[in-house]
Amino acid sequence: MSETLVLGAVAYDAKVVPIWDGFQRWFASEGLAFDYVLYSNYERQVEQHFAGAFHVAWNSPLAWVQAQRTAAKLRRGARAVAMRDTDRDLTSLIVVRADSPIHSVADLRGRTLGCGAGDSPQATLIPLEHLARAGLAPERDFVVRRFDVLVGKHGDHVGGERDAARALLQGEVDAACMIDGNHLVFSNEGLLARGATRVLAQTEKYDHCNFTVLDGAPQALVERFCKLLFSMNYDDPRVRPLMDMEGLKRWCEGRTSGYALLESACDRFRYLDSFFERMKVA
Amino acid sequence: MATARASTSLELGELGFDSGAHVLVKRALVRLAPGEQLELRGSAAELGIHAAAWARSEGHEVEFAPVGAAYVLRLTPGAAHGARWRGVERTGAGAGPEHVVEHPPQRWGLAARGAAVEAGAPEFDFAHASKLELWADDLGALYRQALASQWDPATAVPWNAPQEHSEELEDALVTVLTYLIENETAALIVPARFAASVHPHFREVQQLLAIQAADEARHIEVFTRRATLRRSQLGLSTAGGQASLKTLIDEPDFALASLLLSVLGEGSFVNLLWFLHEHARDACTRAVMKLTAQDEARHVAFGVAHLARQSREDASLAPRLAAAIERRHDALRGTAGLNAEVFDALIVLAAGGFEPADIARGHQAVVELVRQMHAGRRNRLRLLGFEAERAEALSALHTRNFM
Repeated sequence: MSETLVLGAVAYDAKVVPIWDGFQRWFASEGLAFDYVLYSNYERQVEQHFAGAFHVAWNSPLAWVQAQRTAAKLRRGARAVAMRDTDRDLTSLIVVRADSPIHSVADLRGRTLGCGAGDSPQATLIPLEHLARAGLAPERDFVVRRFDVLVGKHGDHVGGERDAARALLQGEVDAACMIDGNHLVFSNEGLLARGATRVLAQTEKYDHCNFTVLDGAPQALVERFCKLLFSMNYDDPRVRPLMDMEGLKRWCEGRTSGYALLESACDRFRYLDSFFERMKVA
Repeated sequence: MATARASTSLELGELGFDSGAHVLVKRALVRLAPGEQLELRGSAAELGIHAAAWARSEGHEVEFAPVGAAYVLRLTPGAAHGARWRGVERTGAGAGPEHVVEHPPQRWGLAARGAAVEAGAPEFDFAHASKLELWADDLGALYRQALASQWDPATAVPWNAPQEHSEELEDALVTVLTYLIENETAALIVPARFAASVHPHFREVQQLLAIQAADEARHIEVFTRRATLRRSQLGLSTAGGQASLKTLIDEPDFALASLLLSVLGEGSFVNLLWFLHEHARDACTRAVMKLTAQDEARHVAFGVAHLARQSREDASLAPRLAAAIERRHDALRGTAGLNAEVFDALIVLAAGGFEPADIARGHQAVVELVRQMHAGRRNRLRLLGFEAERAEALSALHTRNFM
């Protein structure tokens, strides 16, 4: 494994295979031997990252927090080395029906909030943190209805958000959580008719996925991997299809300043306890 | 928010990104001078949220500030803006949709002639991608003529016309129709297969092949319908006939397949269909034969036109064509050729009765038909550049199965 950069990624969708196959071909053409291992869930991926099964993890924001907190408990180092331009400065929305009597976050008291999968940072943990900061505790002040699609994939598949939006329109929930971009996607798809919904609240900005490296990873290999990522130019027709599939226009340096909201949520809801037990670092 | 950069202003009014604002924004971005920003103004409810999400997905930077109930946003185009148009390649070498190049690259793929193809498009594998191999003059006119000549079997054929001929003549006709159907099936498969492997840059060729296949589909329908007007079962399909047709289906070379199918086979069929028209005993059969003969004549015209052009420009074609005729002749040497039932049925149809004098007349008519077919093939081979004597010899080698 010393000469080949091995990536760990979660198979949240069938398209993950052509994406990393494409990267493998391109890295090879640039002289970097690259391989990848797919996991069905992020918890297994983080666990195997610490077990040394691969060098770089393509982590969801929650997987990053899991890895970073685990590393801290083990007195090891975890770094976010790269991320997509589209991973930066997302917000999540809490959306109500346009004719809803809910006009402020406080009006959610006694109501039902539709969230994504329980492990979705964007459609569950971060919106719940936003409400908690406004004084509303889940299950005490309002009911949380989770749309648990493919738990373990941290909401990457969007299915939970879509189901929550549908439930909102059907009156099954009083409000629904989704990423700002998905509100636009659902609107343009016609799922949310123009004027049918109203944005009740918008969270602060946060960051999404990153490539995570633990201390002890082969430095030269990781540097070469990052250098090649940063050299990918959307003007280059060889890499443009890969960037389109992965949903970015350029790779950015990894930064960890955009995970504070999620970390607060994890702390507040003791969300990581069971994971730490699994990792035997509790 | 405050910045000294030059900007162009775009007023969106109530139009949001959930109802198409991106169209106006992209249009304005294209017109920005280098380094310039785009200032958006609008009052749609979620303009700020959606603009930020849209800009993020497009790689643009956006700063925004609500101004009362409205928004002002400043958009800085990202480096990826317009990337798809950089390095595009114009199919037809920039000379417009009518310009046909000699060797269109496989990477032009399915793009319309005259389109701009994004760099990095996949390589296709169209087996037939040379103008010399495919092209004919006046292809557009041939296609328009084919389109204008389409007919509807339901209305063009008098299916209920009275039938007064004998059961034996009907049997003879069904025998011939059975033979025609399997021949037309071969004539459908061959152009359909080539239509799928011709480079789409030569769209007129594809169109003509497609309409030929559609013609043959209609012919199969009308022959079948006519055959089953009075019979519940069809006639004999012979091993020799199928062996002859299989050599057509198996021919992978476009020029050789055109020669064998269109120039020689369908050319002979035109004579046969007019013969059947002449000797038809009912108005329905007469109409069917006339309509199908007219279609077949167009197929022959295309085959002759593109092979004549290719032959003029490529001296190596004629020997290849001749070799193909000889090869097919050798391959079919051990087969019976036209089945005896069909040959006899043609005599009976031309005879119209079973008196010795009728049969003699019918026989003479079929002999004349075969002579006409041969003369036609010879003339078309002359058009392809063969000397008279060579054309005569090659025509004589054509399959005895006619097609």
